Amino acid sequence: MWDYSEKVIDHYRNPRNVGKIDNADAIGQAGSLACGDSLKIYLKIENNIVTDAKFQTFGCGSAVASSSILTEMIIGKTVDEVRKITNKDIADQLGGLPPEKMHCSVMGYEALEDALKNYGEMQDYLDLDELREPEKTEKIVCNCFGVTENMIWDAIKQNGLKTVEEITNYTKAGGACGKCRNIIQDIIDTYYHKEKKEEEKVSTLSPAQKILKINSIIENQISPELRKDGGDITLIDIDGNKVIVKLRGKCSGCKNSNLTLKAFVETTLKEAVDPHIEVIEVE
Amino acid sequence: MEKKLIYLDNNATTKVDDKVLEAMLPYFSSEYANPSSIYSFAKNSNHAVKEARGKIKDFLNAANEKEIIFTSCGSESANTAIRGVLNMNKNKRHIITTKVEHPCVLNLYQTLEKEGYSVDYIGVNANGELDLAQLEEAINYDTALVSVMYANNETGVIFPIEKISEIVKSKNKETKLFVDAVQVTGKIPIDVQAANIDLLGISGHKFHAPKGVGALYVNSKTMITPLIIGGHQERGKRAGTENVPYIVGMGKAAEIATDFLKYEATEVKRLRDKLEASILKNVFNARLNTGIANRVPNTTNIGFEYIEGELILLHLSDLGICASSGSACTSGSLEPSHVLRAMNVPFTAIHGSIRLSLSKYTTEDEVDYVASVFPGIIEKLCNISPYQDELDALRKLRA
Repeated sequence: MWDYSEKVIDHYRNPRNVGKIDNADAIGQAGSLACGDSLKIYLKIENNIVTDAKFQTFGCGSAVASSSILTEMIIGKTVDEVRKITNKDIADQLGGLPPEKMHCSVMGYEALEDALKNYGEMQDYLDLDELREPEKTEKIVCNCFGVTENMIWDAIKQNGLKTVEEITNYTKAGGACGKCRNIIQDIIDTYYHKEKKEEEKVSTLSPAQKILKINSIIENQISPELRKDGGDITLIDIDGNKVIVKLRGKCSGCKNSNLTLKAFVETTLKEAVDPHIEVIEVE
Repeated sequence: MEKKLIYLDNNATTKVDDKVLEAMLPYFSSEYANPSSIYSFAKNSNHAVKEARGKIKDFLNAANEKEIIFTSCGSESANTAIRGVLNMNKNKRHIITTKVEHPCVLNLYQTLEKEGYSVDYIGVNANGELDLAQLEEAINYDTALVSVMYANNETGVIFPIEKISEIVKSKNKETKLFVDAVQVTGKIPIDVQAANIDLLGISGHKFHAPKGVGALYVNSKTMITPLIIGGHQERGKRAGTENVPYIVGMGKAAEIATDFLKYEATEVKRLRDKLEASILKNVFNARLNTGIANRVPNTTNIGFEYIEGELILLHLSDLGICASSGSACTSGSLEPSHVLRAMNVPFTAIHGSIRLSLSKYTTEDEVDYVASVFPGIIEKLCNISPYQDELDALRKLRA
């Protein structure tokens, strides 16, 4: 027996906004009959506000509850507000879902996303941020449940998923024959590697780019600050991560110069360029 | 809201018979001796285990009490039988089983495959009946074991064990036949001698004994190694102090079940058929998943097209009705039942398949009540379904 929250039970017992809107402004669909759950969502949008929403769901208790609460969450909201809703928001609104049932909230998110995409097309409106890398859009990772790389990517991003099992709970991918589990692991690795890369982007600068960047930071950020105190700094040389500088003016010979060097110059360069930078002063 | 419990999930487990409980109680309190002990205080518990063994022997029509080993459950019986036979026939590396076995057996075969055995999984037809030609073809000189269930737990479809045994023995006399009889015990008569069965496993809680006790029949011509190694209990075939109260309970349950076999075949079957016929008549998108297959008298498996099984179960549960489903969502496995998939139940109905399993305790009032609420629940769920056009087409077709 699933440990469903009171809210989930209430929503599958008495689903809100069941049905179809005949002249809907946007219709979204997710899942399939063969996969065991599917959802259709209908939106009425006036002046950029969702004035009505209805759903039809084939699925278990948590799938119906996710669809039902989603319609409640979006009625009265602007399209931009609705765009920001994630599967996590749906699950949170329901007071949580069992881990194995998180894919129900993902299905709600996907149907909503599909509806908005199709609304965007109807309005001849394209949000550039919404555009996918084309090769990613079509690539199906899990053939059993028709899960694309994009869907897995979104689930990782919205829920901070880290294991293949979590991906299966949220998207169903890998839950049947299991042949795609290695690919899912690769996607997880790529995702976190990419995030890390963004953090470490600077450290992958070419040596020439690095010299230019350090020089520019010293000239434009550090030097003006020191000049305020009547001192200055000159870049002498860069050797790997060692940045050799000369302090001038009031800074030179100041007993706080070491503090200036470590606490200000080195910290600034570490944050902006590379955490491994060491600043060395020459006379 | 009606909250009286209506239990229609007797293939999952059953209520312990009051008489069974009564028979067990003294062995928890006054008669607590270890049956292996030498003093006279142990005489009663020792005698009780013997008596229970005799009752199980009679229940299965075994030739000798020595052919009965008490275990802790159906899974242990199956594991003991399968591992035991394979260990005694190390030179044979081929096993045959079915695609629709209980997971306790299927998962063991998958493990054995990893250990180097080759396993053939025999399929079933659309009604869930075993493909005997495929079975016959699969048996070869290297086949150590053929392992089939007596009846399937989800569909209730009975496999023709006597015929299977004939096929096995005519193709390879050395091949052993293990029958998982957990789902027929107490529902149809079992005769291990008439059917020429080498090993057969049962589980107490499926026929009104408690959970935690089972038995394995191993005929005198079949050698096995023990799964649990230790003391000399069960003639060295299963170590561990005998679970006296539970063994007594299962013996009593076997005795009662024998008396109820006729009731199962007539009254339980009548109620099952009544419930089934009513649902099939009054619910337009219902289909009997087993067609005309021969089944145990208490089970029906019905698929409801374009709606999902867990949702049906949740709504039944709100009315106090207990049933089960082959739907993916119920188990959390994401895939629908391996049994219904092996039968190629259409994908429109496989996720909406419900098993109702009755017992001697099921009353006519209960059956009538369940039959009366089904159409309403299904109608409500059809209204939520995104497949309105398909449902309308079906409605017209059945009208």
